[in-house]
Amino acid sequence: METIWSMLADPNMQWIFLGCTLLGLSSGVIGCFSYLRKQSLMGDTLAHAALPGICIAFMLTGVKSIGIFLLGAGAAGIIATFGIGYITRNSRLKQDAAMGIVLSGFFGLGIVLLTLIQHGDYGNQAGLDKFLFGQAASMIASDVITMTIVCVSLITVCTLLFKQFKIISFDPGFARGIGYPVAFLEQLLMFLIVVAVVAGIQAVGVVLVAALLITPAVSARYWTDRLGLMVILSGLFGATSGAVGTWISASVSNLPTGPVTVLAATLLFCISVLFGPQRGLVAKRLLRQRVKQSFYRDNEQHIEGSVKKEAAI
Amino acid sequence: MSQTHTAAKQYTKTIAPLSIKGLSVAYQKKPVLRNVSFEVTEGELVGVIGPNGAGKSTMMKAALGLIPSIGGEVLVYGKPYKQQRKMIGYVPQRESVDWDFPTNALDVVLMGRYGHLGWFRRPSAKDKALALECLNKVGMADFAGRQISQLSGGQQQRVFLARALAQDAKLYFMDEPFAGVDAATEKAIITLLQELKLQGKTVIVVHHDLATVQDYFDSVLLLNVELQAFGPTAQTFTQEQLQRTYGGRLAFLDRSHTPPSIVGGKGE
Amino acid sequence: MSDFWILLTGALVASCCGVLGVFLVLRKMAMIGDAISHSVMPGIVIAFLLSGSRDSLLMMFAALVFGLLTTFLIQMFQQSGIQSDASIGVVFTALFAIGVVLVSLYARQVHLDQDAILYGEIAYVHWNIFELGGINLGPKAVWLLGVTLFIIAAVISLFYKQFKLCAFDPALAAAIGIPVALFHYLLMGLVSMATVSSFESVGAILVVGLLIIPASTAYLLTDRLGLMIALSVAVGIASTFIGYGTAVMLDASIAGCMVCAASLLFVIAFLFSPSNGVIIKKLRIRKLA
Repeated sequence: METIWSMLADPNMQWIFLGCTLLGLSSGVIGCFSYLRKQSLMGDTLAHAALPGICIAFMLTGVKSIGIFLLGAGAAGIIATFGIGYITRNSRLKQDAAMGIVLSGFFGLGIVLLTLIQHGDYGNQAGLDKFLFGQAASMIASDVITMTIVCVSLITVCTLLFKQFKIISFDPGFARGIGYPVAFLEQLLMFLIVVAVVAGIQAVGVVLVAALLITPAVSARYWTDRLGLMVILSGLFGATSGAVGTWISASVSNLPTGPVTVLAATLLFCISVLFGPQRGLVAKRLLRQRVKQSFYRDNEQHIEGSVKKEAAI
Repeated sequence: MSQTHTAAKQYTKTIAPLSIKGLSVAYQKKPVLRNVSFEVTEGELVGVIGPNGAGKSTMMKAALGLIPSIGGEVLVYGKPYKQQRKMIGYVPQRESVDWDFPTNALDVVLMGRYGHLGWFRRPSAKDKALALECLNKVGMADFAGRQISQLSGGQQQRVFLARALAQDAKLYFMDEPFAGVDAATEKAIITLLQELKLQGKTVIVVHHDLATVQDYFDSVLLLNVELQAFGPTAQTFTQEQLQRTYGGRLAFLDRSHTPPSIVGGKGE
Repeated sequence: MSDFWILLTGALVASCCGVLGVFLVLRKMAMIGDAISHSVMPGIVIAFLLSGSRDSLLMMFAALVFGLLTTFLIQMFQQSGIQSDASIGVVFTALFAIGVVLVSLYARQVHLDQDAILYGEIAYVHWNIFELGGINLGPKAVWLLGVTLFIIAAVISLFYKQFKLCAFDPALAAAIGIPVALFHYLLMGLVSMATVSSFESVGAILVVGLLIIPASTAYLLTDRLGLMIALSVAVGIASTFIGYGTAVMLDASIAGCMVCAASLLFVIAFLFSPSNGVIIKKLRIRKLA
């Protein structure tokens, strides 16, 4: 296995490493908010829904650039979000079913379009299906620059609007009451998730991009009860996963970055679940022992106390 | 009850329908229920009263084994509750169920028979007739074929009660059956409770409306994490006990005539 | 003739998924169905690696193991306080990642490529024949699906009332003494089996479409559980027929077209269902006004 320094000596790898780390960082940050709004699987739905958007964008322009794809995926993502809300509001179907319908329906359409592209002659279409599993290794400098801009913008917006995102995640009714433009902020947050998703699909593929949004955020939750710290930790976990994922997959042939990054994030998750203070399993077991003991102690005191009372009477 | 019946009851040693000893439930660090112990006699209508978060629903769910407890023993007619499921009837809160489910009122009541059918048997014609009769008892026989999402809150509650009747139990647990129902339904429910009592069944009800406690229940159980008091309504449902249970958050408008009500802030 | 086998395979997939999908939708566990359909993938790959061939029984067993493992892990994380949607997300992505790693590292041994996992290849299903004593009994996939459908039908009808009550009112079910957890695992085990049986035809990832969309369509069309199951199967079969026809015309992915057809039928029901359709409801209000 190469050392991380020898890997970084290769200029190509530098770009990829930077791209994946930044991606992990921004996904971790934005993932915290979708986790708190109980919309963790929305990232998964948007990722699947993005596929037809990307295909249509390609079919219309014949150009294979991430900017075009972002537009296509973004449009598809907005339609998907709207669709989920519409189905939930206007029928007896609940949100999980609505998400499942939109997710698989859009994805099915995407697969159909993909095969149409492959059988048609759009020239240039090789590698489009790499979107399904991600191909970080084929990231070139321009891709990474785009990704950097995207990620930095994401983080900037989240920092500037931290207070607003916090309150609409916690209590949107209250936020409306004090005059925040809740609908606009919610749409903005959704748009940022779409952006993170599209950037992530390139690197880790449709199915796994959800992990970048969910796993670091959940891991961070185990270490703190403060949102600010949680967001920072989540970004850190995401960045670490991206870095480790790139490093390992560069060292082993045939191994794509996507799944390794996800597994690295999952490892951090398992560590958090076990050893997080207060919420971790180890901590909880100790707490349970203490609570049980104090209950029994209190009961004995109660009994002693009432025995004493009776004796006094 | 005839005089001989009462006398007979005094002489025979009857096993308590429900005996709870030292039941405790904690959520993470917070104690929700601490060391609750009491025993209920057969044919009693017990109202469980207490402020929000006092653990009333929790006690019911812990007694049925629906949530884990830290400690304590729950005996139904002398045996652990797990062995006595057929004797227990449960009416959960209305919100616990998805009323969009594709089923009608009769079918819901029929589900109350499942405990008696075991693993493999299907409901028989006799079960269906029984279910219809239970619906009739709560005045919902005309709604037997109605999709449950089309029922009003009061009607849904009555269907739930009919299901409890169909369970044909000896001990009933009811979680806030009077919540959010119309006056007619309330009357129907209390009539039903009285009938159950006459049949010798025992009913434990989580109740929220202090104004009606004295009319509805033989005994009250005042709960606020710990058991504050338990006994016949006349002796137990007093101003002093209530003040203790609610922590001085009650206002008494007119002590002699108006029953106490809950008001924010300290009482007089 | 191959058309017949393809349509039969599709119909069997739709039937298996249609029945199970109803319970997933009613229990609000559509996304767990999605998770399981992804996370059986490593099981399939491991089965390939161990047996060196596409041995169906081993694949089924491996899928069951991974499906139940997924259910168990999701349950465990939920109980330890993580939100249900996050639990689902963490578990299925981790398992799917393992699957992709295995496929990448051992792809050559396994004769399995990523595309096959994605959308199967129902068009080639009739080439893989099941032979018993030298007699051609039809494609293996059809037999596998047939057996799976039989098991699903048997289990669901045997325990119909338990599945119904656990979906409708799990609190009462537990109070009565029904082992709610057992039936949960049983349901998810059946979903795992359905996924792996359908894997060769529609691919693991598109099976979720046939699990959820026809069942949701049926939910909008009826108020009776039994009828909902029947309609779910019917809509699913219709989707496979319409989808196959479209795919032949357009020369596109058959599985993708089947899911698109299912979505189309859903949209029609969503708008025009006599009891729940959005447009029908609007017309009714207008008539009253």
